[in-house]
Amino acid sequence: MPASVAPGNREILAIDGLDLEVPPGEFFGLLGPNGAGKTTTIGVLTTRVRPTSGSASVAGIDVSADPVSVKQRIGVVPQRPNPDRQLTAIQNLIFHAAYFGIPRATSTPRAQALLDQLGLGDRGESKVDQLSGGQQQRLMIARALIHEPEILFLDEPTVGLDPQARLSLWDVLRSLHDQGRTIIMTTHYMEEADQLCDRLAIVDHGKLLALDTPEGLRARAPGGTLIEVTMDGDAAPVLTALQGLPNLSRVSAKGKELQVYAERVAEAIPAVLRAAEQAGRAPTDIRIVPPSLETLFVSLTGRKLD
Amino acid sequence: MNPSPWKVFGALVRRDVHVVSRELPFFLLRTTLQPIMFTIVFGYLLPKMGFVQRGYTGALLPGVLGVSLAFASVQAVALPMVADFGWTKEIEDRLLAPVPTWVIALEKVLAGTVQGMIAALFVLPVARLIMGPIAGLDFAHFGLVIVMTLLGAFSFSAFGLLLGTGIKGEQIGLMFGLIVAPMIFFGCAYYPWKALAAAPVVQVLVLVNPLVYVSEGMRGVLTPGLPHMGLPVVAGALVLISAIFMVLGLRTFDKRAVS
Repeated sequence: MPASVAPGNREILAIDGLDLEVPPGEFFGLLGPNGAGKTTTIGVLTTRVRPTSGSASVAGIDVSADPVSVKQRIGVVPQRPNPDRQLTAIQNLIFHAAYFGIPRATSTPRAQALLDQLGLGDRGESKVDQLSGGQQQRLMIARALIHEPEILFLDEPTVGLDPQARLSLWDVLRSLHDQGRTIIMTTHYMEEADQLCDRLAIVDHGKLLALDTPEGLRARAPGGTLIEVTMDGDAAPVLTALQGLPNLSRVSAKGKELQVYAERVAEAIPAVLRAAEQAGRAPTDIRIVPPSLETLFVSLTGRKLD
Repeated sequence: MNPSPWKVFGALVRRDVHVVSRELPFFLLRTTLQPIMFTIVFGYLLPKMGFVQRGYTGALLPGVLGVSLAFASVQAVALPMVADFGWTKEIEDRLLAPVPTWVIALEKVLAGTVQGMIAALFVLPVARLIMGPIAGLDFAHFGLVIVMTLLGAFSFSAFGLLLGTGIKGEQIGLMFGLIVAPMIFFGCAYYPWKALAAAPVVQVLVLVNPLVYVSEGMRGVLTPGLPHMGLPVVAGALVLISAIFMVLGLRTFDKRAVS
């Protein structure tokens, strides 16, 4: 269950009883596969999901006790763009500002400045449906910022975007971070988390598995390179044949898939091939994954992100 | 500092005025076409053919107005609500507003009430034009007409809130087939409740139908000389119905807004 506490002005969030501290100004990433509990965690912190137990606080305010004050301080970018399709792009921003009590005279120039900043300067009068997916997602970021929140929440902001739109969104997020804003983002893209976040929490099944800087996490990736081998049949006999061989830090098998972590790939591969032959199996595919967040993730969760 | 709920409420109203005023012709067409066609058949064609007495129009007009305002109010709230919570998720930008969620639900119900009243206001002259002079029609109690329209539209907007948040998107056809259509046929819209004395069992059964009180209320204020339920009974029933729908509707709205 997601829950959190917040002493002083530190923003803290926790999953399954484990507290995570997110200091102001940090770009914090929640990394995990679909169904890991990321969206639920964001839901609790943004007042849209009621915690079934425990408590959660944002900017020192309990989300269950005072959701209104929490909403005042946060901006939320949803997983799928949900603009008000009856309004134009700039009206989306001006009305959203009005929902926060900001008069039109203040919100209009601010809305235009945000559209300019997000590369939508000339699309203000466009209907939302005329914007591309990437443009709509940037409009959602503008909307989340129009009332100048202390903390920005982004839930898988780049899902469904083409690579170019994704890169341009990364630039936007980097510049928001440079301006000193606290950002909490969920993602299941390793590279995105690695590139953008100051610190990362790796979560799966609602549990915190690891928490560190991307560099720190990479250093914790298990014993070297991951060798993934697909066999032409059940991989378990190969696993038995591999047991006890030196240089292999960890081996596991699931169905036809065999996973081997090795310090020296050039020695490990022939050993794996010999073991396969002994077990009467032939490899149909071999993949080599250098130490990375990806290999750490696979070693922690036993599964891939996507 | 959180903004005052009323300020946010005002912003929500401005948004709906902006959006609804652009859609108004389509909205009126969608919600009043059925009662207007009914008016043509039962208020013009059948009396002309001699199948119903001329005096029938006096009983029909208030009912047609009742159906128009009830139908428009339910649709104005329920349809966008089903779409917003079901697939467009558009309402989420308002759920982020720093106000308790009931403020957003209440605004929707009040906007639906106004739309229901506009529908009735639109149908009145059209129906009068189709039916010709109507015996017993009396605008002497215009204040009462407004109060009764307001009560009827509010109770059905609250009903729309409950329906719109309580049912799933794929059940929307079912909602109109199983709930709204029987409500209209057994809502004393096209015949006065007193006349149902001819079928006493039906006369008692229809009392669970909120539309009965709207139709009878419209009769009481528009054609006071013709048979109708007592206005205090009607007003009491509508207040009670509104309260029940509002309490249940706010609860289901909150469940959809905060899971």
